[in-house]
Amino acid sequence: MKSAVLLLPGLNRDRDMIAALTKIAGTPPLTVWQTETEIPADTDLIVIPGGFSYGDYLRCGAIAARMPVMQAVRDAAGRGTRVIGVCNGFQILLEAGLLPGALMRNASLKFVCREVKLQVVNAQTAFTRAYAKDQVIRCPVAHHDGNYFAEVDTLKRIEDNRQVVFRYAEGTNPNGSLNDIAGIVNEAGNVLGLMPHPENLIEAAHGGVDGRALFESALDTVAA
Amino acid sequence: MTIKNSIEITPDLIEAHGLKPDEYQRILNLIGREPSFTELGIFSAMWNEHCSYKSSKKWLRTLPTTGPQVIQGPGENAGVVDIGDGDCVVFKMESHNHPSYIEPYQGAATGVGGILRDVFTMGARPIAAMNALRFGEPDHAKTRHLVAGVVAGVGGYGNSFGVPTVGGEVEFDARYNGNCLVNAFAAGLARTDAIFYSKAEGVGLPVVYLGAKTGRDGVGGATMASAEFDADIEEKRPTVQVGDPFTEKCLLEACLELMQTGAVIAIQDMGAAGLTCSAVEMGAKGDLGIELDLDKVPVREERMSAYEMMLSESQERMLMVLRPEKEEEAEAIFRKWGLDFAIVGKTTDDLRFRVLHQGEEVADLPIKELGDEAPEYDRPWREPGLYSPLAASQIAEPENYAEALLGLVGSPNHASRRWVWEQYDTLIQGNSLQLPGGDAGVVRVEGHPSKALAFSSDVTPRYCEADAYQGGKQAVAECWRNLTAVGAEPLAATDNLNFGNPERPEIMGQFVKAVEGIGEACRVLGFPIVSGNVSLYNETNGEAILPTPTIAGVGLIPDWQMTARVGGANDGDAVILLGGDGTHLGQSAYLRDILGQADGPPPEVDLAIEKRNGDFVRSAIRNGQVTSCHDISSGGLALALAEMALASGKGMTLSLADAVASGHAPHALLFGEDQARYIVTVSSELANFLCMNAEGAGLPFRRLGHVGGSMLEIDDTIAISLDRLRDAHEGWFPNYMDAPVTSATDAA
Repeated sequence: MKSAVLLLPGLNRDRDMIAALTKIAGTPPLTVWQTETEIPADTDLIVIPGGFSYGDYLRCGAIAARMPVMQAVRDAAGRGTRVIGVCNGFQILLEAGLLPGALMRNASLKFVCREVKLQVVNAQTAFTRAYAKDQVIRCPVAHHDGNYFAEVDTLKRIEDNRQVVFRYAEGTNPNGSLNDIAGIVNEAGNVLGLMPHPENLIEAAHGGVDGRALFESALDTVAA
Repeated sequence: MTIKNSIEITPDLIEAHGLKPDEYQRILNLIGREPSFTELGIFSAMWNEHCSYKSSKKWLRTLPTTGPQVIQGPGENAGVVDIGDGDCVVFKMESHNHPSYIEPYQGAATGVGGILRDVFTMGARPIAAMNALRFGEPDHAKTRHLVAGVVAGVGGYGNSFGVPTVGGEVEFDARYNGNCLVNAFAAGLARTDAIFYSKAEGVGLPVVYLGAKTGRDGVGGATMASAEFDADIEEKRPTVQVGDPFTEKCLLEACLELMQTGAVIAIQDMGAAGLTCSAVEMGAKGDLGIELDLDKVPVREERMSAYEMMLSESQERMLMVLRPEKEEEAEAIFRKWGLDFAIVGKTTDDLRFRVLHQGEEVADLPIKELGDEAPEYDRPWREPGLYSPLAASQIAEPENYAEALLGLVGSPNHASRRWVWEQYDTLIQGNSLQLPGGDAGVVRVEGHPSKALAFSSDVTPRYCEADAYQGGKQAVAECWRNLTAVGAEPLAATDNLNFGNPERPEIMGQFVKAVEGIGEACRVLGFPIVSGNVSLYNETNGEAILPTPTIAGVGLIPDWQMTARVGGANDGDAVILLGGDGTHLGQSAYLRDILGQADGPPPEVDLAIEKRNGDFVRSAIRNGQVTSCHDISSGGLALALAEMALASGKGMTLSLADAVASGHAPHALLFGEDQARYIVTVSSELANFLCMNAEGAGLPFRRLGHVGGSMLEIDDTIAISLDRLRDAHEGWFPNYMDAPVTSATDAA
């Protein structure tokens, strides 16, 4: 499987993501700068890492979503290529219209960095096959704007379609997200957005490997 | 509004620039004529306390700054220390006290931005940050507002820039009511063969301006930071800079990319006194003149005068001398990152600092003298008075030991700082091994299979107030001890010396004695000072802060799997006190927080014992003998045990009956703050072995009991459930910060 990581000014977990993909896949991902208009056709997985693209100016992810490379992401997603957006990457996917809903400022109005618990609500997606349904995993969060919101009809639709993939579990919702939503997929199931950072929990030095299975699923490095 | 260059130089104007009459006379003697308005501004920027260290230089020279591991000591943007394998760690701590009190969010944010820039200017990618914060008493009307703003500012900048904050301090004391302290530390990793310096080389080479545009923000900031506050403090707000971490992140990436091309001859960030300081420093260090053409400087405001441009402290800017043949390549990198790139001048061979603006020469000054001939003072100082000895028997025991311990665990200065550090990104970069809340932050060295670095920032200001010499020693010793407690070999330190007005002999006396203590401790412990910063005039309406010489140290861990942390003890482990029993209650947290007194001398630091005990503990950790480790500091043995029990999530059953039977006072045993002490937990099989080794090393030790259950029990005096301890420990900060605001003006 070939993966590519998008690079935009202000992203800052790009190095974490590249390190994680390299450790799990054995080879480093391709990197694609924001002004590129094409992503190689044989790319199987596109990842938009976390950070503060364009300083979160205007709205988180709003400027990044309008950069040339995002049209290439849209085209690839339309062809069924897997796409993961983590944290700011999730915000960018929402702003790009690839996922439904919005992420608002945390209910506490403060940045929050801590470990939370996630329930794997849907273990049948391309990104979660290596987890068991309803498995509860550990995962860190680090964000200021992770409070997921969608209006009633959209919320009902994504719940009914089983598009909610991860929920904050055991009372650890750190940001006030509706229905404890931590991560969702699009209707076709090939685009995932999530606020927590599985790339920061993939090896012994991180104190756990709970995030690993997400990338192993997405990279098809496990048979599930 | 434009400020002209032709403004008449009057005594009032000179005073407003923070220059004393004799300092002005020195300027006249140096240049042989009256300075222009812009030149006056340049002198004021170069000769203020913040930039020239004129009151402190004499004493700073006495500090040990060298060692086999030191690649670069003080005098550059940051210190550089060898960590082997061709890698080095680049670090420094710097204060942003005055701006943070005036405008807490931006003051703190730009403090973090400034120190990060110092580190990456030298070619290092920042890998860790810490912040030592000190605020007024919790009940003071301004404190909550300052805490909220400073913490949000530190997080706002560091999180967006992308550096993990792995440690720091937060302390409250009424003596900081009028002056909060924000000391920002950053460390970065570089290759020893790719370190960049500020010394310019070569005549006629382009001086290049990079980064953000110049605005009017921060004009005169360094001069402001060299003065006391009074009732007009609100008027100083325009001297505080505004930070943009997004631009800084782009600047980091662009600089590191540019450095790889071989284009950079010299580089200096624009910090205090912006363009002035950076240009003079690059020229003076290289024995070269510099000519600047201000019409080429990218600006974001209209009609800026030469004076404003030279003194602006707009953030996220760099000055470089580049190889001319690489100019195009360099410009392309900066354009890619959306940053300004402009050739604003050239190096010359005449040792003059010449500034041109709109066809006019607005400054023509001797460049070496601007820096080297800055006034230097041997300020009069008075030996501070000392307390007479205070025996434990003269201090009351608590009526209820358990309540006293709970009181300490949940006191403003000892409660958990989780509310603070959960607002900082502690995990970014994926290398954080130990987070805030332990003895030291620990970060893996990227690219190396086993090495890690440890970071700790320490000082006990109440000790320094009672005895500046012992307090200075203690700050170094505690930092060294905290690094040791995670298994690190302390390498070197940076000092951030915060004091009041040095023109007062009693304040200067605190400074002199503290530096003496720091120097002695650094020498004996082999822990040189490689960078630092002095912040004086931390006074409001004549009341000074507590003397606060913050020491931030870096230690090396050869194998990160062989470290210790505060938590991690297993059921059945033996709990062993190393380094002797508690006897000293003078200036203790018990005395201050439980009895409401400040009396007696602080605990004495015996550096030979400190070293012996620390070396023993480090060796035990590295040999995998201990399951957890914690140093004993403020709050004594009892508080350290409570913190260990909470961190492990396990109770302890302990006894001090033997010590009491041999005549020790129980409150001194539990709350004494004697130095050079640690608590370790070891598996029951290894307990005898460790104690035998301690005996062999001549180290006093005491077996206190064992780990297990859900209560912290010490003889029949203390029995507290972990839940109760946790509630007290975790509760104070959020309850304080979320308490309803009592008056609308509280946060004004």
